[in-house]
Amino acid sequence: MPDPGTGEPLLRTAHQLIVENDDIASTLELPRLASRVDVIREICRHLAPYQAGERPIVGATVIAKDLTIDSLAIMDMVMELEDSFDVSIPMNVVAEIHTVDQLADTILDLRSKR
Amino acid sequence: MGLFDRHAGLLEAYRDVRTTGADPFQIRMERVLSPTEAIINGRKMLLVGTNNYFGLTFDPSCMEAAIEAIRAEGTGTTGSRIANGSYSEHILLEEEIAEFYGKKHCMVFTTGYQANLGVISTLVGQGDHLLIDADSHASIYDACKMTQAEVVRFRHNDPSSLESRLRRLGDKPGNRLVILEGIYSMLGDSAPLREFVDVCKKYGAYVLVDEAHSLGALGETGRGLCESTGVLDDCHFIVGTFSKTLGAIGGYCVSNDPDFDVLRVTVRSYMFTASLPPSIVASVRQALRVVKARPELRKQLWDNVATLYDGLAAQGFKLGPEHGPVVGVHLPDRMLAIGFWRAMLDAGIYVNVAVPPATPNGVSLLRCSVCAAHTPEQLQHMIEVMTGIGRQLGVISGPPKLRVVAGNR
Repeated sequence: MPDPGTGEPLLRTAHQLIVENDDIASTLELPRLASRVDVIREICRHLAPYQAGERPIVGATVIAKDLTIDSLAIMDMVMELEDSFDVSIPMNVVAEIHTVDQLADTILDLRSKR
Repeated sequence: MGLFDRHAGLLEAYRDVRTTGADPFQIRMERVLSPTEAIINGRKMLLVGTNNYFGLTFDPSCMEAAIEAIRAEGTGTTGSRIANGSYSEHILLEEEIAEFYGKKHCMVFTTGYQANLGVISTLVGQGDHLLIDADSHASIYDACKMTQAEVVRFRHNDPSSLESRLRRLGDKPGNRLVILEGIYSMLGDSAPLREFVDVCKKYGAYVLVDEAHSLGALGETGRGLCESTGVLDDCHFIVGTFSKTLGAIGGYCVSNDPDFDVLRVTVRSYMFTASLPPSIVASVRQALRVVKARPELRKQLWDNVATLYDGLAAQGFKLGPEHGPVVGVHLPDRMLAIGFWRAMLDAGIYVNVAVPPATPNGVSLLRCSVCAAHTPEQLQHMIEVMTGIGRQLGVISGPPKLRVVAGNR
């Protein structure tokens, strides 16, 4: 699946990985700030298995409608994204999120408030 | 758009299920004969899916207590505790459960579902934080929908996942309430409760444990996972049900919090529903006495669990992660699970089938629940039947084939 931002194939490189370590994470600065492109890329990586047909997953993709993902799998994906980006997204906030863009903005917004 | 159009997807899936010729969600028990046998479709069936862990539904002393209560106090209370008053027996039952746990307070509910729904949604409100295990029961998820608190899920049975979520809350104001279950109802696995409690202590979070499936089954005296892991005093709220080990229906919550009784005038699922009828209260009180007086039932249950779990594992079935009164058998997909279930029914054995979205991680399961009253012969028979069906359906591999070489000598 191509990167919705750049059109290039999605690759995860080492500098984009965020390592969760509960004892020391709060005392460590993440090596670099997650950019919007990083966040969208990570979301798309999680959503790729649920792509419906050939339609690419983009920022405007409505997660629950345009893809084959069910509500439980959405909640599980959110749980993984929470750990990747070290934020918590309350379930009532998740309920208001429809598109990939909205999910990315929520994560970035929560990160900026940490 | 019609009222039912939104359920079109579910309806389609349900049709799929029924194409097997039997509907697992509308089984008719024509006559229940004992805790382990019933007549279904005109045939005597072995029951291995009833949550009747101690087999007390037919305990003569519990049945007599219920009958006597009906004669003395009638069939129902016809109203709620707050509007129509409590019967003495409601209060005695609450005192006895509180005493059983060594806690100061107990509230009894009409179902276990209502206990979770009401207590959890009321304990936390606007500005508070509710943290739930990802595999929580539907009653806990429904409580989440009713509260104004912020709800966050953590990975199933993973204290470090809970810890990272409590850590992220930092110094945000608001109470933290963590919801755990003693034994999870689909795969029969237990929470690492001591580790969870340590995390909760570190972050000043309250702990509520639902012992629905572990009451009677776990702990030296049957008080559940809180007792077996030695953290009874650290669990602020313990919820449970009368509908499994105690063989009736109803729910409860115990706590030492001095203000606990305010819940009687705030929890709506307690206030606005009719209270338990005298017969149920009487049989539950007697069942609790039986649980205390007959610890051998717990041993029988775990012996039976070992027989079924180890027997199925030896045949190559993929099971839940540990011994438990619920034995969940993993099957590759929904249709195979339903086909397997149907084949079991044809062979005279009733178990439950659990398919997405009622299961964690989209797994499809045959859900078996073990009873202290099962005989070893019944369980051996079940293992044989499941092995046969499992081989026919290609879920497990057959015995080593004999090599027959014909001709060509």
